[in-house]
Amino acid sequence: MTVASPVLRRRRPGSRAVNDNRVAWLAVPAMVFFIAFAILPLLGVLLLSFSQWDGIGPIIPAGLDSWRSVLSDSALPHSLWVTFLLMAVSWAIQTPASLLIGAFLAGRQRYRQWLAVLFFIPLLLSTAAIAITYKALLDPNFGLGVGLGVPLLSQDWLGRGGLALGVIIFIVSWQFVPFHSLIYQGAIQQIPQSIYEAAQLDGAGRCRRFFSITLPQVRYTVVTSSTLMVIGSLTFFDLVYVLTAGGPGDATRVLALDMYRRGFQGNLMGPASVIAVILVLIGLGLAVLLRRLGGGDPTHSQLDGA
Amino acid sequence: MTVNIGQTSRRTFLSAAICAPILASLAAACGSSGPTRSNAGGGGPGSASYWFLTTQPQEGIRTDTVKRFNAANPDRQIQYTAFQNDAYKTKIKTAIGAGESPTIIYGWGGGTLRSYVAGGQVDDLTPWFDANPGVKNRLFPTAFAPATVDGKIYAMPAEAVQPIILYYNKEVFDTVGVTPPQTWGDIMDLVPKFNAKGIAPFSLGGQSRWTEMMWPEFLFDRIGGPQVFEAAYNGEANAWSNPAAIEALTKMQDLIRANGFVRGFSSITADSNADQALLYTGKAAMMLHGSWTYGGMSTDGGDFVSSGKLGYMNFPPVDGGKGDPSDTLGNPAQYLSIYSKASDEQKEVAKKFFSTAILSDDEVKQWIGTGSVPIVQGTQSELSKSKDADFLEFVYQVSTKAKVFAQSWDQALSPTAAETLLDNIAKLFQLSIGPQQFADNMNQATGK
Repeated sequence: MTVASPVLRRRRPGSRAVNDNRVAWLAVPAMVFFIAFAILPLLGVLLLSFSQWDGIGPIIPAGLDSWRSVLSDSALPHSLWVTFLLMAVSWAIQTPASLLIGAFLAGRQRYRQWLAVLFFIPLLLSTAAIAITYKALLDPNFGLGVGLGVPLLSQDWLGRGGLALGVIIFIVSWQFVPFHSLIYQGAIQQIPQSIYEAAQLDGAGRCRRFFSITLPQVRYTVVTSSTLMVIGSLTFFDLVYVLTAGGPGDATRVLALDMYRRGFQGNLMGPASVIAVILVLIGLGLAVLLRRLGGGDPTHSQLDGA
Repeated sequence: MTVNIGQTSRRTFLSAAICAPILASLAAACGSSGPTRSNAGGGGPGSASYWFLTTQPQEGIRTDTVKRFNAANPDRQIQYTAFQNDAYKTKIKTAIGAGESPTIIYGWGGGTLRSYVAGGQVDDLTPWFDANPGVKNRLFPTAFAPATVDGKIYAMPAEAVQPIILYYNKEVFDTVGVTPPQTWGDIMDLVPKFNAKGIAPFSLGGQSRWTEMMWPEFLFDRIGGPQVFEAAYNGEANAWSNPAAIEALTKMQDLIRANGFVRGFSSITADSNADQALLYTGKAAMMLHGSWTYGGMSTDGGDFVSSGKLGYMNFPPVDGGKGDPSDTLGNPAQYLSIYSKASDEQKEVAKKFFSTAILSDDEVKQWIGTGSVPIVQGTQSELSKSKDADFLEFVYQVSTKAKVFAQSWDQALSPTAAETLLDNIAKLFQLSIGPQQFADNMNQATGK
């Protein structure tokens, strides 16, 4: 299957050059928007990170002050750690889960199509609504556990650091596994049936077929889906903000929340911009890394066979 | 310093901070929530603009006040727009930064007002108050402290006073067979008695953080007097390491360690009103909270308030403490400032609005009708006619008899320092730092 790479396609030398030039013009409208709404604000943030601004008064250039104060703040390594933990654990849970569900849904049976629709429901809900609902369900005094009289469920879910992080990872997975399952479902359905038939004739069982055919065939889909998960988890904000507001204490304070806290609650736009820049750098770095890990050029089609 | 927020303001504010995105999205879905706006039309020279906060019943009172003014002054109109709390806080900051501020800036006084003053964004109203002593003298004197920066008044106090009160559930006290605490020592004695019966001694919506902040606020005052925080507010070096401060924080952590607060308090938000629910359902015996929660408990708590099960008192003294037990803290009023870059005509309209419409007799009646005490002196006879007469009388007494009516810390400090403060208070309540560490962190942040 193809994993589309939206940005640049390396131009093959020779014949197609003229054609490509004309096609390049088609990118202009998108480029204009991209520059106006992504590149320019990004530059603005970069400039702000070298200044001092409370959001009201004038913007004062401050050199490296903001960078120094953020980098020497012990809150930064903590937020980085929480962010990476959230990223790594939710990736490790979501990837196998979505792959399996995707493989299951790829079957053409009718009941699976129905289940696919059901699985899709969490994706339709707004994150804020999900967070409020879970917060109400997990309330230690009025929540589900107390209502049903099940002591096991009436933990102080959001009031203990480790538990709160676990709850967030659970909800994130619950919310996004359907989406990634959908991607895998599509990818798996594109694998030519003939390969499976050949394997079956050779006596390969269900498991063997999954590991030897399905998994290698969706390799690039794994890269795409992982990129989405990893980059997406860098920007988790709404869920954490509504659910725990970064608490208890600072146990679930991810980078995006730390940025908001400094910028909009503490009126320190400079340091907040520094964190924004750090977030962008980490995101870009991870995206590049994942592309490398995917091996080769993901734009190459693998459709023609193993 | 004293504080501010209008009726719901504090509660809604911070809590709305949490809900706002949600509300916004829900609202978007229902199509009803964008800012409500009076018949817009650009503000001509004879018209001033005024932004304030939504949520009933306060929004209705604000709107009525403007409408009365507009009806009485056909040539001078006030255009108003109402915003959700959280949306407003961001919006006003952006608007002021961009030079697009409304003529009348609704706010909370204290540290935020100070940042407007530092940026030259609001007018000094001292000469105007001097020229119109009648406007000033009918209001609570304590209401002016948060409006005052370096001896000059930059805002008109408005709306209602909201002290922080120690509420208790009389029924629970009767069941357990104990009497309300007279001192801090009584509180510590009560804690094991309630815990033994499976009742939480104190309800607390700790995730909102400013709810936790009320505890050190009162303990600082009762143990060391108001000067302890004032020193910190004035940026004196090592002000937070004052022995009284350390003692207050130690006492507070003792209470936390003794399980003085409801289980899971750090994941309860004040905006969900779950903390109030704990009190009126009898799952908790006491709660330290703003006077604005009275209204919520009377509407949501069934007959809890109307049948007299709700008890209230000022925070009790601490044995051996230097503070005056009449002191209180909370929101002394709401504040209206005038944008310095507005036209002279607009400023005139705004001033006329301040002197004739704000807290007019009609508005005062409306505030009392919603169970709040407007910051106007001599309203006892009106208060006594209310169905909540006892409570309103209590709030009036606490507010007017207080030697010091301090503004909540997070409002008094600059937004930057307030954020550091709330962050560290949350850690104190998690017991992840001790009093000394707290003092060190705060000393470091002071003046920033």
